Parts: sequence; structure tokens; C-alpha cells
Amino acid sequence: QQTQINGLVVDAETNEPVPGTTVIVKGTQRGSVTMFDGSFTIEANQSEVLVFSFIGYLSQEVIVSPEANYNIKLQSDVVNMDEVVVIGYGEQRKGDLTGAVSNVSSKDFNQGIVSSPAQLINGKVSGVQIISGSGSPTSGSSIRIRGGASLNASNDPLIVLDGVPLEAGGISGNSSNFLSLINPNDIESMTVLKDASSTAIYGSRASNGVIIITTKKGSKDKIRVNFNSTNSLQIKSKLADMLSTNEFRNVVQVEGSDAQNALLGSNETDWNDEIFQLAYGTDNNVSVSGSLANVPYRFSAGYYDQDGILKTDNAQRTTGNLSVSPSFFEDHLKVNVGLKGSYNKNNFANTDAIWGASTYNPTIPVYSGNSVFGGYNEAIDENGKPVTGAVLNPLGTLNQYSSTSTVSRVIGNLDLDYKLHFLPDLRLHATLGYDYAKGEGEIYVPSTAAQFYVTDGRDYTYGPQKKENKLITTYLNYKKEFESIQSKVDVTLGYDYQTWKNTTNAYEETNTLDVSQSSVAADDQRHALISYYGRVNYSLQSKYMLTATVRQDGTSRFSSDNRWGTFPSVALAWRLSEESFLQGIDFLSNLKLRTSFGITGQQEGIGNYAYLPVYTISQNGAQYIFGNSTVNTYRPEAYVSDLKWELTKAYNYGMDFGFFNNRLSGSVEYYTRKTEDLLATVPSAAGTNFDKRILTNVGNVDSKGVELSINVTPVDNEDWTWDFSFNASWQEQTIKNLSIIPGSEISNTSVGSTIDSYYFQVLTEGYSPNMFYVYHQLYDETGKPIEGAYADLNNDGTINSSDLYRYHSPSPDYILGFSTSLRYKKWNLSTSLRSSINNYVYNGLSMNAGAYGTMSYNSSQLNNLHKSYLDTGFQSRQYLSDYYVENASFIKMDNISLGYNFGRVKNLFNLNMTAMVQNVFTITKYSGVDPEISGGIDQSFYPRPRIFSLSLGIDF
Amino acid sequence: TDELNQYPNVEETSKTVYSDPANYISALAKCYSSFVTAGQEKGGGDADLSSNNGYDYMRCYFNVQEAGTDELGSTWIEGDNIGDLSFLSWDANDPWVADMYYRCYYSISLCNEFLKNAVDSKIASFTEEEQAEIKLYREEARFLRAMAYSHAMDLFHDVPFADESVIGSSKLPEEIKAAKLFNFLVTELKDCSEGMLDVDACEYGHAPRAAAWMLLSRLYLNAEVYDAGVKNDSCMIYSQKVIDEGYALEADYGKLFNGDNHLRVGRGNEIIFPLVVDGTSVLSWGATTYLVCGEVDTDYGAAASEVGCTLAWSMFRIRGEVPALFDLDNDNRALFYTDGQNQYMDNGIDDRTGGYFVQKWSNLTDAGEAATNTTSDGVNTDFPMFRLADAYLMYAESAARSGNDMTTALSYVNDLRSHRNAASVSESELLATTDGIPYKFFLDERARELYWECVRRTDLVRFGCFTSNKYIWQWKGGVKDGKAVDDKYNIYPIPSAELSANPNLSNGDY
Repeated sequence: QQTQINGLVVDAETNEPVPGTTVIVKGTQRGSVTMFDGSFTIEANQSEVLVFSFIGYLSQEVIVSPEANYNIKLQSDVVNMDEVVVIGYGEQRKGDLTGAVSNVSSKDFNQGIVSSPAQLINGKVSGVQIISGSGSPTSGSSIRIRGGASLNASNDPLIVLDGVPLEAGGISGNSSNFLSLINPNDIESMTVLKDASSTAIYGSRASNGVIIITTKKGSKDKIRVNFNSTNSLQIKSKLADMLSTNEFRNVVQVEGSDAQNALLGSNETDWNDEIFQLAYGTDNNVSVSGSLANVPYRFSAGYYDQDGILKTDNAQRTTGNLSVSPSFFEDHLKVNVGLKGSYNKNNFANTDAIWGASTYNPTIPVYSGNSVFGGYNEAIDENGKPVTGAVLNPLGTLNQYSSTSTVSRVIGNLDLDYKLHFLPDLRLHATLGYDYAKGEGEIYVPSTAAQFYVTDGRDYTYGPQKKENKLITTYLNYKKEFESIQSKVDVTLGYDYQTWKNTTNAYEETNTLDVSQSSVAADDQRHALISYYGRVNYSLQSKYMLTATVRQDGTSRFSSDNRWGTFPSVALAWRLSEESFLQGIDFLSNLKLRTSFGITGQQEGIGNYAYLPVYTISQNGAQYIFGNSTVNTYRPEAYVSDLKWELTKAYNYGMDFGFFNNRLSGSVEYYTRKTEDLLATVPSAAGTNFDKRILTNVGNVDSKGVELSINVTPVDNEDWTWDFSFNASWQEQTIKNLSIIPGSEISNTSVGSTIDSYYFQVLTEGYSPNMFYVYHQLYDETGKPIEGAYADLNNDGTINSSDLYRYHSPSPDYILGFSTSLRYKKWNLSTSLRSSINNYVYNGLSMNAGAYGTMSYNSSQLNNLHKSYLDTGFQSRQYLSDYYVENASFIKMDNISLGYNFGRVKNLFNLNMTAMVQNVFTITKYSGVDPEISGGIDQSFYPRPRIFSLSLGIDF
Repeated sequence: TDELNQYPNVEETSKTVYSDPANYISALAKCYSSFVTAGQEKGGGDADLSSNNGYDYMRCYFNVQEAGTDELGSTWIEGDNIGDLSFLSWDANDPWVADMYYRCYYSISLCNEFLKNAVDSKIASFTEEEQAEIKLYREEARFLRAMAYSHAMDLFHDVPFADESVIGSSKLPEEIKAAKLFNFLVTELKDCSEGMLDVDACEYGHAPRAAAWMLLSRLYLNAEVYDAGVKNDSCMIYSQKVIDEGYALEADYGKLFNGDNHLRVGRGNEIIFPLVVDGTSVLSWGATTYLVCGEVDTDYGAAASEVGCTLAWSMFRIRGEVPALFDLDNDNRALFYTDGQNQYMDNGIDDRTGGYFVQKWSNLTDAGEAATNTTSDGVNTDFPMFRLADAYLMYAESAARSGNDMTTALSYVNDLRSHRNAASVSESELLATTDGIPYKFFLDERARELYWECVRRTDLVRFGCFTSNKYIWQWKGGVKDGKAVDDKYNIYPIPSAELSANPNLSNGDY
């Protein structure tokens, strides 16, 4: 007797309805599909079995009986072999992947206030290191996939947003966080392509990996409205370890001269309290999706406003995102139109105040009591003018400086995907992409401010800088399953054309009296890239898979002799778990072996005309005089006429595994990579070119690494779900050769940040890149470093530059990531931690403010010292002592969150709330502010704040 | 695929620059300006090359020629990284030494690029007048190249040699021994001076032929230091040519170094070849701005307005030994500010109450007004690279050393001294060996006449006094009472970065 069964299918985690779930009576043709609200109706007999299945979820079976519960909670499939992953120029079933590809979808993103999309996946993907520049909301993140392949050319991965490879770099008014102009809330998933086989389809720009960002789209559901608001408070966490006021006073009284003692005040000013604040941030997003006249659409708007913990620091971002995906001719022609706009306003605080707050005399008050310099206490000379080169009042530095910018960006894409009527297996795809950004800013410093006191302040605007990037992608795709020979074939052939244009207006830096202080020339930079590419995916019996790609790129950045590069790759995969001899093993749900080889190229991060003998005309003020005429000068620029592609040859060996219905799954990768014809900036022999260092093709770098990722769901039932994921990476890079002249011995190339023109890092053949190059400090028997006493490493009786040695590098040996989430009924607790092992940092602040001599740079002011002075007693700065190179290994808890899903509230809307803490704690032996310093030279770090936030989500 | 042929839209390429005769003066102007400015934007913005300290040629040159000598005590030992220069203890990583080295070769490269492009075949289509003009520019570029090479040889001794055939190529320059480079420079200067203009035809800013002769005289005077033998006769020949050219000693010494000193150039004047600095159009934070603003210390010295500037950088004072050489009341050249100052630097080289302040360099006009607003414009003072007084002294010193023509030598010295309101000297004084130093009068007289004009180190080396114990000054070698240092400090080391780029080079003693 068939009875009518009514039920509801919801997502086990979110309790949101899962429309479109297939409900089938097992072994029959009878079936149904859930409605938009997750409800379904089906006729079935007692004892028949209902099978509920939907992509991305584990199928569930229910035996029809009077006692049965038809409120189905679908558990998401941790690794679903049928899940589709976006790859370069197409998509692929996860089970068919042959390369090293990691996909993170929105449900696994980091939560909380996120200033840049990169932070969404920080710690989630093995082999990917993401370091935020600082604690400022205007700072961006550096992303390194497998450590990057290059030395001086770009190490940034290619970022492809909805099929449009994005403009790299920054723009006037937003130089460091260009990616932030994409609202993280609009992102559906991020796919990281790591090995050459998966990236080679992007050819010339793929050496550093590719991140494909897919934004959320509309669906054919009923209208859904989602509102999400996160509000946060940020507080300063660890600060620079300077002498306390009493310690400082004591040092001056005991060791200082009379003149220095006279500069001691009677106050106790905590300069950090003056410049840092409790910062408020808000991030609000509303999205509407559904379909109108059968055309799916999604519209979203976002508003983000975040103060920095440094006073006057602020970033605001308003974003809008529209996606419309109509289909025509019975779905033969699919169209997707995406339009993303953002308007970003920044207030850049003068971060000199951070150094100032660390070193400013804590015994004097903030205000002088008179109105000069806006009332701020400044170091003045006998004429009452600010002392040249003095450290300025930290609060005055902030409050008497205004630097604002506005940046707008529009990214549009039009995708046309046409399945041929007479041959539906053949698709013609075209994408037109357009990325336009405009940035401009304004600087104002009043003439009363000490910063530019003698030149009457500053008052000028810069920009606009305009960046324009146009893309045409066209490809043909043929996909066919030949059941007779148990084969699937997927062939893609394509052509890309992309141009970039970057223009900046000339401008004058004027003071408040409108007198020009300097002029900056106009700029107009363009380049183009033309590419042909093809890919074949072949799979036999769903067990044996082959991917072969080839791409040819032509760039305008090299001369016509060198501009074309060909980048092939091949990959093989074998799904052992599909073999009959493993079919009997119940607990094994997936086992796949993969191997790939590919060659990729690199031409990012270099000038557009670096192979041409370019001449620059001088601006007014940089002229020369002959007789009565003033002549602007022509300067030849350094160039290398035979610049060519940097090539990376990479092997990848991987294994994917899944046990117990994929409750335990993961993958292991091993890779080796050789980069040849490195585009590196190296010293140029004097007399041959027009700079001390030039960018040219030199040498090789080898790297290798192991990556492991594991996902486990130990508990999963109606009330409880517990899952965790873990990833670990080990990597090693070695410079094999770095000389312009083959066979010549190249000692060391200085690189990295400098302090007072001292370099601290070198590139040396046979060693990792960017190792610290310092003297080995000697200590007395009490363990105190002896000033100026270094080990005579070459035993020649004198200490000179040949006693410098290579001592560790800023890159970690191991990067670990750990995330876990625990659900109990409607509660959800999750956290993620990250660790980095054996990364070293040069503590520049400790060195630069840790010697007695640094207490006085002039006779009008005292500067506070770093606490290391109490340990070293150094009289003058010991720039190159290895004392300051510290092991900066760390474990960080990036975030912890507790959420509660209220479910349906009064049948009107779904409600969930989450409370979060970000940057919860850091465990490290590093003595500076933060062990995570991009580049490894810690000078005056804007501390990353601890963030407390509360997030509210409502669904209609 | 035409889209792949992209050319600059704001900048030019060498092809377009050298196709228009009007552009050649701009390319030549860069060869000149590279000595005083550091970039293509006002005040050094859009820097010419990656450097350690970011300053122009002359700021580096002043530091390497003066900081370690008795003529200079620097205040900002830590902040300006000038300790090792001051104490004769630098090494191959010294930032100023490296900057000087690369600045020399940058100017050499600019001249080479000009000479490589301004060739007969390329200018053949221009009018004869234009061709003649460009050919003259070529001689000037050869002169400027020789001047930069002479500095490189004087400072670094055996150096890499690159001419126009090397620029832009992948050839590595070979090391050239100083003696060989000396011969090249002598031949080159004699040859280019033939094509350069005389004092009357030469426009202000351009180098006249007498500048080439002055450089020849300098090279000959110091020939022994360059392993090129004794060349006093040749020095006399070329300094005499300069003296015969039509220049005249200036009656008011201070006007040679003020904001209007461009009026002291050419026939009837003392300055033979100035490096042009102008507050409006050739703005430099090095060169003479460094000297004028650097010598002013309003905390301890005179008001900045006394030398026509508003910025007081308090960079340096003069060590006590040099004022001691003067009859302070009877010598117009003793432009010192002594009020409240100790003559010697007993409390450390950076103690600003020790050492007299110098007021030789000035941004005042002849009328006594500030020539520019130094806060945003730097100064208007040209740097006199060569002036007639030096020709007189070079002639006299060569004459004394070779024992020739002492009558003329003595008359030149006393003519000069009478212009400076200093007492006459006798022939025996010129020839005397004092404190074991033969002809020490010239070492001292050159300090009196040319202090802070970037010749002191060269002079001390020629007299064997720079590193040895023959002559000790305070803080020589980093100790208060001074001490001799290793002879290797007579020359500077090739920077370590260069050794890594060019395996043809080496630093014997460093």
C-alpha cells in the first residue's frame, strides 16, 4: 500500500533547507525532488527504501515505516568524488583531478573581520603561506604558494577572479591591499593550483601557483535574502619591549651626561597609550538571490568600515556585486554577466608614530603648554625650530598629518558558453573581462606641524592613477564519454588576449603656501600578452587518468627574439581504489596516485620596457644650466636587451586517500622544482650599465617540499559532529647559481631591507635565499655579549667583512595548520591554529634602539632605549651582530568562534549568531612584537590587534 | 601580434633621442648634472641608481676626500654612517665608499653612452653647424669621463676600464693598472682639449679647454701616486698653459664660494670650471647645499643667515690642526667662526663645541642677501672644480720639486698670497723640509687655499702623510691624539658588491 510521505530535507550543519535534493525509491524509477523550502512529497510502500542524494552531501537512506523520521539532515560529504572543482579554463570532478589542487569553499573560510580575501584561507591549505603586512586595516597580505619560485621577479601567485586574471600589484592610494577591493563575503570558493600540471594552462604567469576565486551566483530557487553583520572591537596586543619610565630615568641618571640629565622631565607618559586606541570595525553585507523570469541572479552590497588601532587609521569599503546568469535555447547558450564594483576610502595614519611611541622620551608630557607645533612637545633648537632629524612627537605625528585616498575598482566579466546544437558535446566559451581601477589621494600637513615645519607643511593631491586590464578568452571544449571503450575525453583549445594599461598624472608636491617641493613625472605603462593553449583530459575506466596541456605565451616585455615561450605539462593519475583487487577492502573509500611534470614561465614583477634603452627626461628642478639656458636632461635607464622568460620545471608526486566512507581523508604531495634563467636583480659590473644593480636572467634556484593534509570526522551523528583538519608543509630552497658570467665565482649578493644602508641578508650559491649575513657575536663568561667582539671565522687575525657568515633564513622549514570544529545540536565551536617552525627574524628595533648612543641623536632630545640594552650594555649600534637574529618559530591561534543557530525564527527567517576572537594568542620565543614578519627584518611593526567580534546572520 | 611591440609612451628610447639634434644637449647635460644631482626630479627624486645613502657625486666625493683628514670633523657619526671614513677604518662594505665608486662609474657610463650614440654616422644627416656643435659636445663628454676616471684612479687605484664599446654590452670590464689608466687619461685629455673651446668662446656651464689642462696638471702632479713616475715638468707645462689662458685671481676670496660665484667664471675671473648648482633649476641636497647647510650649526655657531641659508644641518666642523696653519688675523682665507668654540676636538669628534665652524661656503649674493630659500631650494652656489689659484700652486710645487724656475714659482705663490692678504714667503720656505716632510709649505698652503674643496686626501697621500706617522692629527685612526694607520688606507677598496659582479677585479689589501 503506497502512502504519501511528506518530509523536509535540511543541511545538517546549517539547518538550511536543501532544495533540489533527489528522493528516489531505491530500485525503482519513482522519485521526487525537494522544493525550495526543502520539503518533498513522495508515494512509497512500507519497507521500501528512500534514498536522498544531493551533490556535496553524503547520500542517506531511510526505510519507510510508520516510525520513520522524514526530517532528513544531510551531512556534507567531506571529500565527494563527484564534487566539481573549478580549474583553469574549466572545471573537473574531484575524482578526476590529476594535479595538486586544493579547494576551500566558503563554509571552511576563516571567520571574523577579514580585510582581504587572502585571509579567508590562511592556514587552510598546505604549502600556502599568507602573511599580513601589519595590523593596519589598509595593509594587505603576501601570499606564497610553495615559497614562490623566483628571487626578484614576482613571487605572487596569479589570481583569477571568475575567469579574469587580475591586475597584479597595487594602485596609488591602495598600494598594498589591492585585493581587498573584492568583498570576501561574495566569494564562494577559492581553488589553489599548486603543481605545474594544473597551473601550466596559465603558462607564463603560473610559476608561483594560481588562486582561482569564484564568486557566489544566483540559483533557480525562490528569492533568498541574506543579511550578515559583523561588528568588532580591536585592541592592541603585544608592544615593543622598551625601557619602562623608571628604567629609562635610571639609565640616564646613572650613565648620562649632565646635558642629558637636564632633558629628563618629571612626567610618566605612556606614548603607546597616546597613539593606540580601541578600534571599532563593522562589516555588513546584504545579498538577494533568486531568479526573475527564470533568470538566476544574485545581488549583494557590502559596507566595511574599520578603524586601525593606531589613531587616525581607517579603511572603508563599499562594494556591490551583481551576477545574472540567463540561459537560452534550452540551455544551449548559457550567459553569465558579473559586475563587481568597489569604492574604497583610506585614511593612512603616519606610521612613523609607532617608532616614535617606542623611542620618545617617556618623562616629558605630550603637550608643551604653548601653541607652537600645534601644542605638541617637540625637540627644538636654539632658534625654536624643530631639530633636523629629531624623533617627532608621536601624537603630533598622527594628528598633524592627513593622508586620504579614494580608490574605485570595477571588474566586469561576460561569459558566453554555447553548446553546439548539432554537436552538444562541443562547447564554445568566451569570456570578456574588464578590470578598471582608479586611485587618488591627498596629503595635508599644516605648516605648524614639526614634520615639515621648515618647508611650511604639505598640501597636495596625487593621482589619479588609472589601471585598465582587458581580457578576451575564447576556447573550444569537447567532452565525450565513450562507453564502448570505457573512456572519457575532455579537450580544450583556446586563445587569450590580455592588455594592461597603467597611467598616472604628473603632480607637484606643494606646501601649504602652494610652493612646489618636488614634481613627479607622468607615467604611462602598457603591456600585452597573447596566448594559445590546449588541454586533453583522458580517463579510462575511471581508473587511469591523463592530463596534458601546452600553452604558448607571447609577451611585450621581451624583444621579438625572446618573447614567445612554450610551456607544456603532463600528469597521470591512477585510482587504485577502483581496481577490483582493492574492492573488497571496505574501509578504503579512495586511493589515488598522481604524478605530474610541467614547465611554467615568469615575466611578472619586471618592468614593461626593461629590454629597451629607455631615456627619461628630467623634471624642472633637476636640470642643468648652460649660458643663460636651463636644459632638461635626458637620462638613459638601465636595460638588458636580451631579457627572456624565467622557466620553472616542476615535478609533483601525490597521493589522495580516503577511509571509512571518507570520514578520514587526505593527501600527501612531494614536489621538486628547478627555476632557471632566474629574473633576478644582481650587482651589475660597473661601467656596463646605468645602475649598480640590474634585473637580468641569472642562475638557478632549486626547491623541494613535502605537503600533507588530513581531514577527519571522528564523530558525526544527529547531535554531535566533530571534524578537524590538519596540514603540514616542509620546504627547502637552494640557490644553485647566481652569476651573470658562467663559471665565475659569485660571493654574496646583498638583498632585503636595510637599516642605515646596512644590508642584513644575502643570496649565496649553495644556500637558501635571503639568509642573514652577520658576524658571530662573542659573549663574556656571564653570557653578556661583548661590544664589537666577533668571532674571527676565517682565522686571519682581523675581524672584517670576510668574517660575516650565513645564519638562518626568514623562511620557515615547516608550516603547520590545524582547524577543528565541534557541533552540538545548534551550537558550533571552531578554532584554527597555525604554526611556523624555524623562521628567523632580525630584531631591528632591538638593534636600532638598543645601544646607549641611540639615546641621543641630537642635543635637544633623549630617546628611549630597547630593553635589550639592559642585557647588552652596547654603547653604539651593533648592526651586524647575530645577537639580533632570533628564532621566530611560533604557534598562533588565529581565531576561535562560538556560534549558535537559532534556526527558523517564528517561521519568518533563519537566524544565527557567532562570537569570535581573532589573533587569540601567539606562543613564541621571539622577543619582538610579532614573530610573523614578511621579509624577516623587524623594524617598527604595526602590531596585529586582537579582535573580538560578534556576527549576526539572517536569512529570509 | 603588433600588440606585442610596446614602446614607452612618456619616456623616449635611445633611437628617438639621438635622431633629433636638439636632444644632444640634454643628453650631454646629464653627463654634467650627474656630478651634482642624484635623480631626474627636483632634489634627487626618481633616483639615478640604487645607492646606499642616496646622494649625489659631490656629496660622496667631499666625504671620501675630506672626512678622514685634518680638515673635517663630522657630527653625525652614527646617523650619517661616516665613522669609518672619519677614523680611517673603512672596509669593502662601507656605504660611502660604495656610493662614491658607483657614482664615478655612473658618470663614466653616461659619457660612454653619449659617445657611443653621438657618432659621425648618426649625425651625418644633420646640418654642418649642428654636427660641429655635437662634435664639441663629444670632446666635453670625453673630458668629463676623464675627470670621473681620474677620481676613480685617485681613490681606488687599479680600477675596471670601460669605454663606449663596453656600455650596454655583456662584456665585463677588465682591470686596468693605475699607470696604464694614467697614460690613457693623459692622451685622452691632450686630445680632447684640442677640440674644446677657449676661455672666450666657452659658454658658462660648459668645460673649457683650460679645464682639461687643469686636470692634466693634477694628474702630472700626482703621477707618482699612480705608479706613473715623476712628471713635474709636464705639470708645469699645463699649469702654465692655464695661467696664460686669461683667467685672473679674485681679490675677494669669499666671493669664490658664495651664491653669486657664477659671476666669477671665465676670462678675467678665477673660476675655470664650475659644477653648476642652482636653487631653482639644479637643486641639490648634496654638492654645495651640503657644504653650506652642513657647516651651519645654530646651536653653537653663527646664525644660518650669516651664510644665506635657513637650514642648519650641523654636519661638521674643522679639526684644530688646520686653523693652526693660519695666521688667523692676516689671511682672508681663514673664514672660521670661533666664538665659544674649542679649537681642538678633545671631547670627541662629534662634540659640537670642539673644532671651529667654517663659513667659507655661502649662499649669500654679492649684495649680502640670501640667494635662495634653502628650505625648499637648496643653495645657488656653484662648486668651483678648477680655479686659477690651484694652477699657481701646482706650478710652484712642481717647480720646487724639480728645482726648476723657482723665480716664477715664488712670484706665483706670493702673488696668490697677496691676493689673500697673507704675508709674502721666501724661496727657502718653499723648499724647506719641515717636521721631516719635504716641501711641507705646499701641503700647508694648499690646505689654507683649498680646504673643503675636495683635494685634501689627495694632497696628504702625495706627501706621504695620509696614513703614516709623519703627520698626525686628532682622531686620525680613531684615537684622540691620532695614530698612524695601515698603508692600505691610502686607497679605498672596491666595494664587495662589485667584486661579486666582476671577477676581473680584486682588492689586494682589504
